[in-house]
Amino acid sequence: MNLSQIIFLVVGAVTIISAVLVVTLRNLVHSALWLIVTLFSVAVLFVLLEAGFMAVVQVVLYIGAIAILIIFAMMLTRRAMSDEASQTNGQWPASLLIAAAAFVSLAGLLNANAWPALPAADLSGTVRQLGLALVNLNAFVLPFEVASVLLIVALVGAIYVAGEKR
Amino acid sequence: MRTEELFTWLIPVPPLLSFFLIWLFTSRSKTLSHTVAIGAMAVSWVLSLAVVLYALTTEHFGKTVFASSVPWLPTGDSSLNMGVLVDPLTAAMLFFVPLTCLMIFIYSVGYHNYGKPLDAHDASQPGAPAHNGVEPMYSRFFAFLSLFAFGMLTLVVADNLLLMFIGWEIMGLCSYLLIGFWYARQYDDPKKITPRQAAVKAFMTTRVGDVIMMLGIVYLYFATTTDKAKEILGLAGGTLSFRAILYNEEFLKYLVSQPSVIVGLPLAALIGLLLFAGAVGKSAQFPLHVWLPDAMEGPTPVSAMIHAATMVSAGVYAMVRMFPLLSAGWHEGGALTAPMMAMGVIGSFTALFAATIAVTQRDVKKVLAYSTISQLGYMIAALGIGAYVAAAFHLITHAFFKALLFLGSGSVIHGVEHGAHHSQEHLDPQDMFNMGGLRKKMPITFWTFLIGGLALSGFPFITAGFWSKDEILGDAFANGQWIVFATLAISALLTAFYTMRQISLTFLGEPRTQSAEHASETPWTVTTPLVILAFFAITAGYVGVPETFPVLGPLLQAIHFNRFHEFVGGALLELPAAAAFNVWPLLVSLFVALGGLWLGWMVYGRNPLKAGQADPLARPLGPIYTLLENKYYFDELYDFVFVRPSKWLAETVVYRVIDRTLIDGILHTVARAALRLGGFFKGAEKVVINDPPDYLAGGVQWLGKSFRVIQTGRVQNYLLIGMLVVLAFGGVYYMMLAR
Amino acid sequence: MVPLSWYLTLAAALFCIGIYGVLARRNAVAVLMGVELMMNAVIVNLVAFWRYVQPTAIGGQVFAVIVFAVAAAEASVGLALIISIYRRRNSVVADDMSLMKW
Repeated sequence: MNLSQIIFLVVGAVTIISAVLVVTLRNLVHSALWLIVTLFSVAVLFVLLEAGFMAVVQVVLYIGAIAILIIFAMMLTRRAMSDEASQTNGQWPASLLIAAAAFVSLAGLLNANAWPALPAADLSGTVRQLGLALVNLNAFVLPFEVASVLLIVALVGAIYVAGEKR
Repeated sequence: MRTEELFTWLIPVPPLLSFFLIWLFTSRSKTLSHTVAIGAMAVSWVLSLAVVLYALTTEHFGKTVFASSVPWLPTGDSSLNMGVLVDPLTAAMLFFVPLTCLMIFIYSVGYHNYGKPLDAHDASQPGAPAHNGVEPMYSRFFAFLSLFAFGMLTLVVADNLLLMFIGWEIMGLCSYLLIGFWYARQYDDPKKITPRQAAVKAFMTTRVGDVIMMLGIVYLYFATTTDKAKEILGLAGGTLSFRAILYNEEFLKYLVSQPSVIVGLPLAALIGLLLFAGAVGKSAQFPLHVWLPDAMEGPTPVSAMIHAATMVSAGVYAMVRMFPLLSAGWHEGGALTAPMMAMGVIGSFTALFAATIAVTQRDVKKVLAYSTISQLGYMIAALGIGAYVAAAFHLITHAFFKALLFLGSGSVIHGVEHGAHHSQEHLDPQDMFNMGGLRKKMPITFWTFLIGGLALSGFPFITAGFWSKDEILGDAFANGQWIVFATLAISALLTAFYTMRQISLTFLGEPRTQSAEHASETPWTVTTPLVILAFFAITAGYVGVPETFPVLGPLLQAIHFNRFHEFVGGALLELPAAAAFNVWPLLVSLFVALGGLWLGWMVYGRNPLKAGQADPLARPLGPIYTLLENKYYFDELYDFVFVRPSKWLAETVVYRVIDRTLIDGILHTVARAALRLGGFFKGAEKVVINDPPDYLAGGVQWLGKSFRVIQTGRVQNYLLIGMLVVLAFGGVYYMMLAR
Repeated sequence: MVPLSWYLTLAAALFCIGIYGVLARRNAVAVLMGVELMMNAVIVNLVAFWRYVQPTAIGGQVFAVIVFAVAAAEASVGLALIISIYRRRNSVVADDMSLMKW
């Protein structure tokens, strides 16, 4: 067991535990805060995978935008649910069972296969490469632009849907 | 594309736009509608004028025409083209067609009492003429006129027979719409034809010619698709283009050499005859002339439009245009071809025949209608003897003075109607015997009408009509066509006579009725076009003064004014030689013109008729007068020979026997059998087809009710089931894969 | 050296926790949080595969970027819907949103 494995196990444990807290805590604000922890540890995982750009995006976009958005939504809708009432619905035992079964079967499948070992590669130019690929006509400019349009449409739609109706 | 070609493409466009514009948008506003229509026509006129100027300044224009075309209808291995062609003939047409159209448009504003309110006594409703107020369907009138002008301009600039035929048919439609413009008008006299009937009559009669003409077009197209023809023309497929067909000597020779379906008649001759039938219908030649006098039921600007600028000119224009084909195989002084013979006979006969009828008519417009038929006969006869240039020349001069005469007669009628409104008389405002003495009441109308009338009679040296008629007579004389020459000379005499009669009855003497007494001059929108057209009715003749004519010929030659002959003639394969000057036809033409006018003066002018006095010709001519007054009973004859038998056929044979007895009988039998069969099937259907689906439907309903329980409407519930299914499928798939 | 299967297993765990959140939570916002967890698991998978299988080709990262964009769109629209429903029905309980039932 070397250092990187130890770091991975620690980060992984933080990820799993915080994620479990996200879905089990009764107080939603708390679970949102734990969601931030989960997201942050996933960012650390990206660093471990030498995807620095992904890590930054994870922090900026997920923690900076989505998590905050969720907290805002929660604040706006707070009055509707008291913290004392049950936070789970009637089918939670079945859900737990399903989730567990899914994990067991997935883990079994994953570990039954042989996976490639970590290849050595010079990843210093990855960000630059990614940037170029996104604007290269022969590469990913179309999906990139479509994603932009999707985002715009989603935002306009969100404003329309959530906006005050007169 | 060169500028002049672009202009040519654009010439027919403004009237079409104006039609749609008025129809779709501006029909509520009378002012806007006539502004749009007149504006569009003016644009067309300016464009035409530009094209004409381009044509006049081009050297050897007959050989270097303006033409451009685009592919239109794909026909297998090649395509029919649509395009424009300006050759000298087209240029000549473009000089007068838009101009007369524009004059008529302007005239219509005053004619329809623009600006006057409807008064309470005037029982005006759409479809009946307003007597003293503005026309209720004013905008519609201008829309139709615009479409009419579009049809004519399309026909003039068309570079192939098909496009020309399209313009031709658009005009057919417009003449129908405009002759029947006052569709609700009724007369007390049941025998008098109403506008509605006149419109149908015009449409049906011209249709006879059109169908035959279409046969000719199809036949011609067919003739260009043979291998030999394609080789000569150097084309991949059939064509209808004028340039390809008419100016290709080898091809015309080929057409002459080929036999047609009728033994003894060359292909060219048969096609020419078929095409000529179209012109007979359109230009109202005997025996299809019956529609034109009745077309007088339309508003007067329409009559002018039909008679001068568009409809009937189109027939002659088409014949002049197709002249190389019609005369294929003929050379100066040689034997005439079959179509030329037909044109010579029908044309000269019509000229005389219509002139005799015109002598006895009482209606001021009917006289002019018959004179039009007669003058068209002149042109057709001129083509028949090979006088191509003379026919085109007369077409142009005639357009000017006939438009002038019609508009003048409209002005007269308008004045008398105004008088009738004033004096509260009930009379026919178009009957010349109700007029008289209008000279003082309507001076501008009188003087312009006089100029038009003199031009029609061929008053020597001054008027345009003299030069063109003289040229036709001169050509007939030079070609030795004595019968044609004599017939045309007699009709010229009659023409001068009835023109003098008309002028005398209308304008001279004392007013014969209260209405004529109170007639007043028409507004400036009416008189201005009259003056302009009168100017052209005089000057248009000088462009065609023969070079060989004493004194005047060389004089005009010096300033290059009388270039018409070489200009228009330049379009033909070989420039026809101008007939050498001969004093005899000139003397004859002087004699008939002046003699006719003198006779007319002696009978009608010297002693003007008193109120209620009968026509002085009626007594001496006796039964002949009655015959002429009833137009040789042609309407009655056609009614007896064609209309009634077809009605009888329709009523008795088709309706009673075929329709009611035969077809209905069969249908009823079939229907009863079908009903019985249906009853049987209905029983069978219940057991075999109806019941099983009912059970099926019941089963499905039961199933649905049973499964309804799991449709909770909760998204998480569905997701749970979805996940379950995914896991189950994944498991099954994995197991199969593992094995 | 961390083997690839560790990352994948971690991602699978994260995914299944997300599934539990989506299926069992009453509050719609909490359901959305579950969805975010699942999305994250997917992105971890993508980046891990990129690193281990083809680190020189950039496609894996581009894929991840697109998923980020989709996640952002999904979150904004989802929350907008929740707020809209809250305005009308004064509730954010997922089970109450059963208008489409028969």
